[in-house]
Amino acid sequence: MKFGVVVFPGSNCDYDTFHALQNVMGLETVFLWHKDHDLQGVDCVVLPGGFSYGDYLRSGAIARFSPIMTEVKKFAAAGGLVLGICNGFQILLEAGLLPGAMLRNKNLKFLCQHVYIRVENSRTAFSQAARKGQVLQIPIAHFDGNYYASPELLSELERNGQVVFRYCDEKGKLSEEANVNGSINSIAGLINRQGNVLGMMPHPERASEKILGSQDGKIIFQSMINYLEKKVGPGRKKAVRTTRPAISPLPPLIGTF
Amino acid sequence: MIDDKTLLDHNLTREEYQLIVKHLGREPNLTELGIFSVMWSEHCGYKSSRVHLKKFPTRGKFLIQGPGENAGVMDIGDDLALVFKIESHNHPSYLEPYQGAATGVGGILRDIFTMGARPVAVLDSLRFGPLDDPKNRAIMDGVVSGISGYGNSFGVPTVGGEVYFHECYSLNPLVNVCCIGLARKDKLFLARAQGVGNAVIYVGAKTGRDGIHGATMASAEFGEETEHKRPNVQVGDPFKEKLLLEACLEAMAKDLIVGIQDMGAAGLTCSTTEMAAKAGTGMEINLDLVPQREAGMNPYEIMLSESQERMLIVAEPGKVEALQKIFSKWDLDAVVIGKVTADGQLKAYFRNELVIDIPVKAVVDLCPAYRRPARMPAFINKVARWRQPEMPSDLNQVFLQLVASPNIADKEWVFRQYDHMVQVNTMVLPGADAAVLRLKGLKKGLAMTLDGNSLYTFLNPRRGGQIAVAEACRNLACAGATPIGVTNCLNFGNPEKPEIMWQFQQAVEGIAEACRQFDIPVTGGNVSFYNETEGRPIYPTPVLGIVGLVDDTARVPSAGFQGAGETIILLGENKEELGGSEYLRLIFSEEKGQPPALNFALEKRVQECCRLAIQAGLVRTAHDLSEGGLAVALAECSFRSPKKIGFEVRLNEALRTDALLFGESQSRIIITAKQKDVRKILALARKMKVKARVIGRTGGRRLVIWHKKKKVVDQPLELAYRAWKKAIPDYFRVKKI
Repeated sequence: MKFGVVVFPGSNCDYDTFHALQNVMGLETVFLWHKDHDLQGVDCVVLPGGFSYGDYLRSGAIARFSPIMTEVKKFAAAGGLVLGICNGFQILLEAGLLPGAMLRNKNLKFLCQHVYIRVENSRTAFSQAARKGQVLQIPIAHFDGNYYASPELLSELERNGQVVFRYCDEKGKLSEEANVNGSINSIAGLINRQGNVLGMMPHPERASEKILGSQDGKIIFQSMINYLEKKVGPGRKKAVRTTRPAISPLPPLIGTF
Repeated sequence: MIDDKTLLDHNLTREEYQLIVKHLGREPNLTELGIFSVMWSEHCGYKSSRVHLKKFPTRGKFLIQGPGENAGVMDIGDDLALVFKIESHNHPSYLEPYQGAATGVGGILRDIFTMGARPVAVLDSLRFGPLDDPKNRAIMDGVVSGISGYGNSFGVPTVGGEVYFHECYSLNPLVNVCCIGLARKDKLFLARAQGVGNAVIYVGAKTGRDGIHGATMASAEFGEETEHKRPNVQVGDPFKEKLLLEACLEAMAKDLIVGIQDMGAAGLTCSTTEMAAKAGTGMEINLDLVPQREAGMNPYEIMLSESQERMLIVAEPGKVEALQKIFSKWDLDAVVIGKVTADGQLKAYFRNELVIDIPVKAVVDLCPAYRRPARMPAFINKVARWRQPEMPSDLNQVFLQLVASPNIADKEWVFRQYDHMVQVNTMVLPGADAAVLRLKGLKKGLAMTLDGNSLYTFLNPRRGGQIAVAEACRNLACAGATPIGVTNCLNFGNPEKPEIMWQFQQAVEGIAEACRQFDIPVTGGNVSFYNETEGRPIYPTPVLGIVGLVDDTARVPSAGFQGAGETIILLGENKEELGGSEYLRLIFSEEKGQPPALNFALEKRVQECCRLAIQAGLVRTAHDLSEGGLAVALAECSFRSPKKIGFEVRLNEALRTDALLFGESQSRIIITAKQKDVRKILALARKMKVKARVIGRTGGRRLVIWHKKKKVVDQPLELAYRAWKKAIPDYFRVKKI
């Protein structure tokens, strides 16, 4: 089982995601350079957070034209697992892999804080390790996370169970206050109809270690591992662990392959 | 011939001009004059401060690189080096708050990664005028957005700092940004143009007309015509900077670089002359080859532009191609614009004509230094003679007013606009005494803090400087960290006024003494003079940035109460000291008296005691006492408690109750511990000759303080919390139409 983290110019959670997958979850993980057309045989593609191409024009609007995105689209169409976190979610929307659009946060400010999200659908490849209704504490950090969908689209998304996570309070209750960015129907995470592409604004890689204040993000990665184990087998988890280099306080050079 | 008006426009005196003529052996042309004017500006040349800055201790056991480079460097073991520096961007932030603050962040980030370090944290110290004035709100909103816009996009967490409000900053906000980077000890890079014949390479963004004479602007007072200076403020592009970071670090890792310097203040001028001067070489460049964003730029504009996100690299000719390949991978320009020469001259050609021919040593090393006259201001004695006001009858109400004072109130409105978690190292979220970062794969961690109290420095600049150092170290002690190095940003008025110079001199001496006492070297920093608008100076504001090491990140205490039923212990002694307190300022509108006394020996013992208790794993919560005194410190521990835990405290000192509650006596820390550990802590304190005693317990939903059997503070936690939480956001609430 192999995970790939795409590096766009301006991605800045690429190494954080790599660290969570490789060093915390113990998975074989590679970086995928945006100019390449090679997905290196990964079983899952993660589009990380950051400001791809500076998020100039519109968040995620330029990244969708990167060469690697042609491959990601093909991969997704063939049923490959794709997770978009924060800027990755925005790119998935711009690339048409997920429906809807992002607006500025309702208070017109960047927001970085821990939030609670409720698992609405626990039967997806990204949430099966959670219980339905379980409340997860995972931080957000974005300017444009105010999800919008037209009324027709919205009722379709709700009907199909495509809303996977909703912003809520500590106890799992929805409220205007808990819906910090103003997303329609408090939507924090959304899956495509086929169930293999998920976008979410909260950052699971920032909630994967006790020292960071929450480990709830691991539930999402664990769900993906469970799903892929059934699909492609347990993979080379053990072998990877022996060859893995010691964890360093300094990240490796990103985009050097 | 250079006339008086031209000199005035360049902020040079006739004497300085004659010195230039002497060094050149001829009259300079206008471009050369421009070069001298920026390099000899106060901002770049430190001409009024240099003689005093020599008083700082600059040696220490962890030191790798002291003052004189782009940033200071400390050895933190495990083959790692910590690179850090603070810079001011006050003047630009007043003119254009968003871009001024954003490029302040951009500039300090480049100072760090130009040395081979990856920026891992930013802290900023911000000072604004009172928020009831919409103009101040607009400046604060712009500054915070600018820091957020640049830092978040670049991908460096902004993990802490301070925000303070006072009338004296109304027309002169202070924006001081401190950056910390991490490097391999054997992969540090210096700004040296070594190796005659090596290529001089320009990398990064193209050069435009923005920011010309930014450094000169930062070296003069503002008057009514200030609005016209807005085009002097640069425009930042954090995306380009992020690419520049990755490309530079990659080129460094592959050993393709001999020397490197960022183009910050004074742009191409500063990087070419400084790199050559430090290596004892010269440089020959062709200005036609400099990538330009606009057509028709002349040599003067090219040399003095402060366009952002640019670097100058010196590399061996054989490695140029490999270097260019890396930069093109990151979609950046990397153009050979010249070569290193042996003659010690900076020579620049423009359209085949030699337009600059000056000795780099004269530009960099021979900037005049002034020992300006200093005189104690008349107000110093006046404010010191003062009678304590009568105590208000309802201190319970005063307590609520204090927690809602913007200087004490919650700053979440500010820091939640900053991405403080990116890079997944942030252990302690902003708002605590010190920010703490874990180092992946290691047991130890980094702690850092910014601190300054301009009211103390106004009343007594020497003691104000001392307390700033002591308090910053105390902040670190509360995280269990040992301070290892100092950077400072000295914000003052016009140094040509003897009163300002006296404040500066006193504060520097106070800081220097305190640094010696704590045995921590000053590794560099920044002096920002001319913080005056229309003749009114700011209060003298030294800001100290101190970094420390945490032995074991698992033992870092929390900034808020962790559980009910824990014992609250006070380390240190309560005294009757109200001078310079936030309480006096807020309740009586008095800025008088002497700041609290500081006894270094006692201070060090209290800090060491706290640190040892933490390292022994005995401490659950630790918080130092500063603005607002004991009552406010206790309240902050409740407010920051994730479970919202109250407290009940009993005090018996024979002091005025208001001094006991809100006085700002130094050398005090409150810690909490589980019952079983209390005896161990008290025994440790006895051994260290530190006064320590149990003053109460955590628990309940009220904040209660007794003084000699009388309840003097009793507030529902929720009410006080709301007052603290809402004070700042209420000023910025968007009114629904």
